[in-house]
Amino acid sequence: MNKEKLISKFKEKASLVAAIVHEVPGITEALKKTVELCLEKDLCENLMPTTQTPGNLKIIAAPNLEPEVYDALQLLCKKNGITLIKEDVRHHPGGIEMGVTVMDFGIAETGTLVLNSDSEETRLSTMLCETHVAILKTSDIRETALIMSEELNEMVKKPSSYTAFITGASRTADIERVLAIGVHGPLALHILLTGD
Amino acid sequence: MEKKESFKEYKDRLDTALENDFLRTAMDNFAVAYRTSRVTAFLEMDVDAVIKEVAAIKADAVKNNDRLLSRFISKAKENGITVHLADTAEDANRIISQIAEQTRSKKIVKSKSMTAEEIHLNQWLENKGLEVTETDLGEWIVQLRKEGPSHMVMPAIHLSRHQVAELFSDVTKKHQDSEIENLVKVARRQLREKYIQADMGITGANYAIAETGTLGIVTNEGNARLVSTLPKVHVALVGIDKLVPSIKDALSINRILPRNATGQAITSYVTWITGPSECKTAPEEKRQMHIVFLDNGRKKIAQDPVFAQVLQCVRCGACANVCPVYRMVGGHRMGYIYIGAIGLITTYFFHGSQNAKHLVQNCTNCGACKAVCAGGIDLPRLIKEIHSKIQDELGHPLKSLLLGKMLKNRKLFHRLLRTASLAQKPMTGGTPYLRHLPMIFSKDHNFRILPAITDKPFRDRFESLCSPVKKPTCRIAIFSGCVQDFVYPEHLEAAMELFHGAGVQVEFPMDQSCCGLPALMMGEKQAAVDVGLSNIKAFKNLDVDYIVTLCASCASHLKNHVPDLVENYAAKEAAQFSEKIMVLSQFINKVMGINHIKNTADAAKTAFHSPCHLCRGLGIRTDPKTVIAHSGHDYVKTDEEETCCGFGGSFSVNFPGVSKEILTRKLDDVEKSGATLLVTECPGCVMQLEGGALKQNRNFKVKHLSQILQPSRPSST
Repeated sequence: MNKEKLISKFKEKASLVAAIVHEVPGITEALKKTVELCLEKDLCENLMPTTQTPGNLKIIAAPNLEPEVYDALQLLCKKNGITLIKEDVRHHPGGIEMGVTVMDFGIAETGTLVLNSDSEETRLSTMLCETHVAILKTSDIRETALIMSEELNEMVKKPSSYTAFITGASRTADIERVLAIGVHGPLALHILLTGD
Repeated sequence: MEKKESFKEYKDRLDTALENDFLRTAMDNFAVAYRTSRVTAFLEMDVDAVIKEVAAIKADAVKNNDRLLSRFISKAKENGITVHLADTAEDANRIISQIAEQTRSKKIVKSKSMTAEEIHLNQWLENKGLEVTETDLGEWIVQLRKEGPSHMVMPAIHLSRHQVAELFSDVTKKHQDSEIENLVKVARRQLREKYIQADMGITGANYAIAETGTLGIVTNEGNARLVSTLPKVHVALVGIDKLVPSIKDALSINRILPRNATGQAITSYVTWITGPSECKTAPEEKRQMHIVFLDNGRKKIAQDPVFAQVLQCVRCGACANVCPVYRMVGGHRMGYIYIGAIGLITTYFFHGSQNAKHLVQNCTNCGACKAVCAGGIDLPRLIKEIHSKIQDELGHPLKSLLLGKMLKNRKLFHRLLRTASLAQKPMTGGTPYLRHLPMIFSKDHNFRILPAITDKPFRDRFESLCSPVKKPTCRIAIFSGCVQDFVYPEHLEAAMELFHGAGVQVEFPMDQSCCGLPALMMGEKQAAVDVGLSNIKAFKNLDVDYIVTLCASCASHLKNHVPDLVENYAAKEAAQFSEKIMVLSQFINKVMGINHIKNTADAAKTAFHSPCHLCRGLGIRTDPKTVIAHSGHDYVKTDEEETCCGFGGSFSVNFPGVSKEILTRKLDDVEKSGATLLVTECPGCVMQLEGGALKQNRNFKVKHLSQILQPSRPSST
């Protein structure tokens, strides 16, 4: 499958599970888009008002960005009155507006994102947020999980490996089989596809 | 743990379910929706090939279980995980509560695990004073209601939003609106706190990859990730049957599991855990991770030549999704802990014969489960094996014992039928039907009008119907089966005309008897073996090319089961015998020639009921429809064409309430199609469908395929 087809397949399948895919030229534009999405978003519902002091500022957690990318995002956030964190995500159990993570792979067959991480911060930022923004390089999209089994093998060899295959937002159909989004994790998933 | 429920009490529970309108509608909607979504989910792949692949992976893994287990353990230890082996449910419970004690864990969050349900883990932990909270929404709901799950992947499918709203109002001590989005939010809020406070997280696993020491957990809600990320201790309870060799194998299971379970291409989350990950509240910022591998009888199952395949189950729940009985009564009556066809089998192994003995009979033997099983398990056969095993253990009920004894002795059996034909006279009033049921039946059985036993069985008519054919085009023997011999000889008579018209030489060995399926259905395996052998003998020395039957159930039993049953006595003869078996439509299409069927001037809009043992048992789907079309009738497809009619032989006698509802659903579907004629190819189905259609005054007729066919030229003799 050529790259174009791969990307369009990925987009198609991700959209089927209500993920919103945006194509952006590079990481700079991805960060811009992230802040834009955060500004558009309502303040998150504080699920644990007794534990977590409600703040007026929106919070983005972005623990797995490269230092210089993080700094660039920090600059944008400051300009827009957003708090950016990369630690202590656990101390925001009531919820944060947004988690931003760079993903390891995408799988076109199912519109799936792959994130391997030992870091608690990275994992929690994808779980405790209301909106998960996943940044994925188009060159990291693979056709099927099966053809990347070697890459997955390498992945699980890393110490304390914890690999998440994420397809769409957190969902349930446990009540009357009616699909509802966001039962425990994110209510929305945005995928920012960046060129190399 | 074992409770003794009487058969009557079990049936009362079934009746209560049948009266539950919400449950009925929910189950029916689900059955219909699942059928479509499964097809859509597998559109881009060859589903049978994928099933074959997964079945082979699992079968191999069962065979090599010891090796995989030790490989996994050494890998897991390398990765810093503590591994425990639990021989029994109690061992597993004890190990887990000890881990809680050692780590001073008081509060536990759990993601859904059927294995934990199997060993009644929550109960054990709660008795030790620990607080356990299920975090899967459905599982949390049933936990709050103090119930078990009613489906393997949709635990609360039996409940309405109103019931959940009421429950959540109680829990939050605040009125909760029954809008589903609101209810989901309630769970989000209530459970978030539990995750944060928990000291320990317990998960199951959908597979354990030996090569890498990786656990895979498949969820939609993402609760398993929180359970295995926030608390400082993670315990995974894993049945040893979950072991697979490699990542590739795990990916194959990933491909089939969600598609087969809910018609999803993949679940929202698949989590692979290969070692204790970072946990900032734990000593040295590392989570303590334990895996408890559970045997609980699995090793013994793995060594059993018949039952080893049980462990090929990937726990997708599809066998419940397509089960006609599940569709009527829901999961709590179709399992003890494990639900659906697989539940009827595993209940015996994990929860004992007392809990399995009634359940195991609640199967129409329709084979819908086998057709969708992701692990390629021959579920209907194993259900019968379990039934037989339980009767051997607990004693055979008188009626099945008598049936077995009677079937073994053909002459006695046929004499009884002839006597019954006379004895029923006061009940028929000269009609071909029983106008009221003999005393041995209860009122529940009055949901269909049963036909009378003929005063002249086919075997007594055969000689006058059969005259030698000059230069026969082909030689066949008829296997009549009991129902057509003694109840519907007219089906066979109609077929005889076709055979004559086509120059087919017909024989009818008089020593043939019941095919043996009814004995098997009643758990009388030995009787089934015995009649199987005598039928093989009855047909052995005939010079015939085919053995034709008009009964799909007999055909599928003779072809598929008899060779297995008599394997140790007459394997070669059984193979020769079963090879020759054909059903009528197949024989007409493949051998006799469809041109020998006349195009009727009297065409009717005709629906077809595909007998379970025809479409799934024998894989015959097009032959009867080709024949119907050629006969000039207008075939119309119905949505439930391949859904069981609810007959199932002794099933409809044992469970008349369920049988009636399955039947009614079927008749509704035919009526919806506007057909004026319903045709099928099995006398059992005719008995059920015609009896129901008459009783319910439906506006269509029911006929056996042979009855709508006429030879294109009259008999050549």
